[in-house]
Amino acid sequence: MTDVQTAPVPRRNLELLLLLLALCVGGSAFFLVGSASEVSDNKNFIIQMSIMTFLALIIHVLLRIFAKYADPVILPITVALNSLGLAMIHRIDIAKGTSQSARQLMWTAIAVVVAGIVLWAVKDHRILRKFTYIALLVSIVLLLLPLIPKLGVTINGARIWIRIAGFSLQPGELAKITLSIFFAGYLSSNRDLILMAGRKFGPLQLPRMRDMAPMVIAWLLSIGVLVIQRDLGSAILFFGLFILMIYVATSRISWVLIGLSMVAAGGIFAYTTMDHVQRRVNVWLNAFDPEIYQARGGSAQIVEGLFGMADGGLFGTGLGGGSPYRVPLANSDMIIASFGEEIGLIGVTAIVLLFLLLVSRGLRAALGSRDTFGKLLASGLAFTLGLQCVVIIGGVTRLIPLTGLATPFMAAGGSSLLANWIIIALLLLISHNARRPMAGAVGPTDEIATPKSSTLKERLAVIKH
Amino acid sequence: MNHAIKRVWVALTVLFIICLGGLSYIQFFNAETLNDNALNKRQLFREFDLPRGAILVDGKPIAESVETDDGQFNYQRKYTDPELYAHLTGYYSLANGTTQLESKLNDWLTGTSSDLLYDRLAAMFTGKQAEGASVQLTIDGKLQQAAYDAIPDKSMRATVIVSEPKTGKIRAMVSTPTYDTNLLAVHSTTQAAKNAKKISEIDGLSQYVNPAIGNLVAPGSSFKIISTVAALESGKFNMTTPIKNPMKATLPGTNTQLSNFGQGICGRRSEADLAFIFAQSCNTPFVEMSQAIGNEGFADVTERFGFGQQLEIPQSVTPSVFPTNDVTADQLAQMAIGQFNNKVTPLQMNMTAMAIANDGVIMKPNMVEKVIAPDLRVIEQPKPEKFSTATSPEIAKDLKELMKGPVQSGTAMNARVPGVDLRAKTGTAQVRNLDDGTPIVNSWITGFAPADDPQVAITVTLEQVDYNTGHNTAGAIMKKMVEAVFNK
Repeated sequence: MTDVQTAPVPRRNLELLLLLLALCVGGSAFFLVGSASEVSDNKNFIIQMSIMTFLALIIHVLLRIFAKYADPVILPITVALNSLGLAMIHRIDIAKGTSQSARQLMWTAIAVVVAGIVLWAVKDHRILRKFTYIALLVSIVLLLLPLIPKLGVTINGARIWIRIAGFSLQPGELAKITLSIFFAGYLSSNRDLILMAGRKFGPLQLPRMRDMAPMVIAWLLSIGVLVIQRDLGSAILFFGLFILMIYVATSRISWVLIGLSMVAAGGIFAYTTMDHVQRRVNVWLNAFDPEIYQARGGSAQIVEGLFGMADGGLFGTGLGGGSPYRVPLANSDMIIASFGEEIGLIGVTAIVLLFLLLVSRGLRAALGSRDTFGKLLASGLAFTLGLQCVVIIGGVTRLIPLTGLATPFMAAGGSSLLANWIIIALLLLISHNARRPMAGAVGPTDEIATPKSSTLKERLAVIKH
Repeated sequence: MNHAIKRVWVALTVLFIICLGGLSYIQFFNAETLNDNALNKRQLFREFDLPRGAILVDGKPIAESVETDDGQFNYQRKYTDPELYAHLTGYYSLANGTTQLESKLNDWLTGTSSDLLYDRLAAMFTGKQAEGASVQLTIDGKLQQAAYDAIPDKSMRATVIVSEPKTGKIRAMVSTPTYDTNLLAVHSTTQAAKNAKKISEIDGLSQYVNPAIGNLVAPGSSFKIISTVAALESGKFNMTTPIKNPMKATLPGTNTQLSNFGQGICGRRSEADLAFIFAQSCNTPFVEMSQAIGNEGFADVTERFGFGQQLEIPQSVTPSVFPTNDVTADQLAQMAIGQFNNKVTPLQMNMTAMAIANDGVIMKPNMVEKVIAPDLRVIEQPKPEKFSTATSPEIAKDLKELMKGPVQSGTAMNARVPGVDLRAKTGTAQVRNLDDGTPIVNSWITGFAPADDPQVAITVTLEQVDYNTGHNTAGAIMKKMVEAVFNK
């Protein structure tokens, strides 16, 4: 090896500094929201920001203990996005007299604690590879849960929720993670078979059917989600994840083409057979038609969002100065529009760039990862985050039909927060693994490090959590 | 694999950049279009949360924003005496839009007019809410009430206009049927829609049209003021020229006969001077006169009187029409007595009276007295402005003389008020016949008083009434208005 490698540096102090900066950003947003409205005391502000700071520090300390070489940028960005989201939800609360931000803060706490548990229990992401098929099973269970009578609930036309003890949960959000684990595990084991075996068909190398069977099951699962649960957003997400994982595993564009043609087939099938998909597309194409605007479930939401963003213009109305609450679902599906209105194009661009940076850091962890499983898992998880952002921002800006995907870390909704924080925990672990000093000259390996402390049983419990 | 991951990064970055492009398009490049979209109610919502300036009559608000705690907006628009002013103020409504003065004066009332820039800046720095300016109308509240009271049946399609010929100021403008503008200004969109439906069912009423400036109807013989001006201007007739006045005259180029009114006094003379013709409103002489004037003559004179011209008072006045292209001689003869395609607004006939009263000069009709900033500073006070020279002072003087006849001894005798020298011309335009043969007409009377120093021009229009009701009521309303103006 002729490469001169600099000695790895933990960079935890840099993270702390950035974390304080992130908390300042979130805190000032919170403060502005409170002071712009006529709420006399900013008690909420102090309490909520203290909790947020405490939660961020928990993760920071855990990283110092369990993953001190983790990427120092990931956590601060996440904290910034999460607290900005909280501030906006709080702002909508003030306008509407609701108390969603307290709920969101509670979910943030739960999510951060779970992320901490993941950091502590997993320590090395390679353990997860053991649970490849369990992950597939868990994915299937999670996706099917909402279909169980009495447990599942239909909200806004999509049957993707379950209700337990008064809490609404979207198990599909967690399935993003388990499916990523399955794809990563399966593809890292069978990569060579898929690449080598099979017949050549023109320029395409087709795999043997049995090598592809689990992949096809996963694909059918996503179709099933679309058909049965009427959730276009998750379907796009699962399709995307599926294609990406195969592409990263094989590096063959032909696989992307195959995947895209499967998506196209699925899409055409959905469009021709399903009313709600047709309606979505129609609402998207003819959003400004007054009839569609006024129709129930019509384009009012997207169009009001566009009006709000146009109203905000380049600089925005200032936090608390606009009227984002006129847009339906202003604190969840349309939170990007709310930001666009109040902090303007400049502010929302900053948010989008934060997302891009976060996704880039995730992919950077994948690049640096020394094992195939880690590479696949990190790129899958980072891609999931990125695709969610792109699909929801594209939907809000009417580049594509609007779907009910959550804007990561910002949109009000517990399940999404929980899932995305777990993703962050996993990305942090993988980046730690990628950046820590190598014990000897070890090349990329698929071997699993020897579990140090926790028993298999404990770890299983964590994953099922 | 790393190569693939890098490509994924490139692909995601491209997608993110496309998203940024979409955001830039909406928030910057296309923002103005979106802000102007008809579905966009944001500006309106914003306005509804701010105190809007009042519309004042005699210093008292007829439309004002009062604080409300209905939970939706901070202010509710409230109209005082809405039936009196409905056609002037229009309404300011979330569900039904904004109409008439509320719409035309919007920049003043909301404070977005450039003249209020200083106030807006001051509000920005002091942190106070920017307030709109108030607009005082030229309307005289007592006259407005008198005009409304003078209309005996409020379901009748009647319009009364009182203006000042010397300044163009409109002192009263009332139309019936009318409605309660408060019903349309309610914030609840469902309630507003329900009320709008109820109002739209009132016969003869449109919530979007002020009949005084928006309804085009045949002027009948009241148009003879303009025809006579044209005849005198042509030089072929003067005050003493004897003109043939047969009971019936054949319209040129046709077999259709035009007759003088049945039981009228016109039949007493087969040849008459303008004074007799004008006082008794004889029709047949105008066949000869219209031919002498010709199409161009009419096109010229009607334009000077304001036909076909854009006018804002500040509401937009529908231009009156007197088409002269491809008009045959028989059609022109009918139009000369205010029939066929000759269509005018009540305000047009009021302006006609203003022209004669003011030595041939029409002053621009106007309803805004002054605009008052929130700090009571007067920021705008429209000065009387000339609209057009309708005719020469000499011919105006002749017409003034001619218009004495109808009041003294002719068709307008029922409007006579002792001690006031009223000059007027009546008009009756046949619209259709009922099944039993009763003619349905538009009834007019337009004039000014007093003759030596005209203070007011008054116009009464009744649309679609039967002949007797029309003739009697128009005169009676005119009489009441003259009494109201001169305290008789």
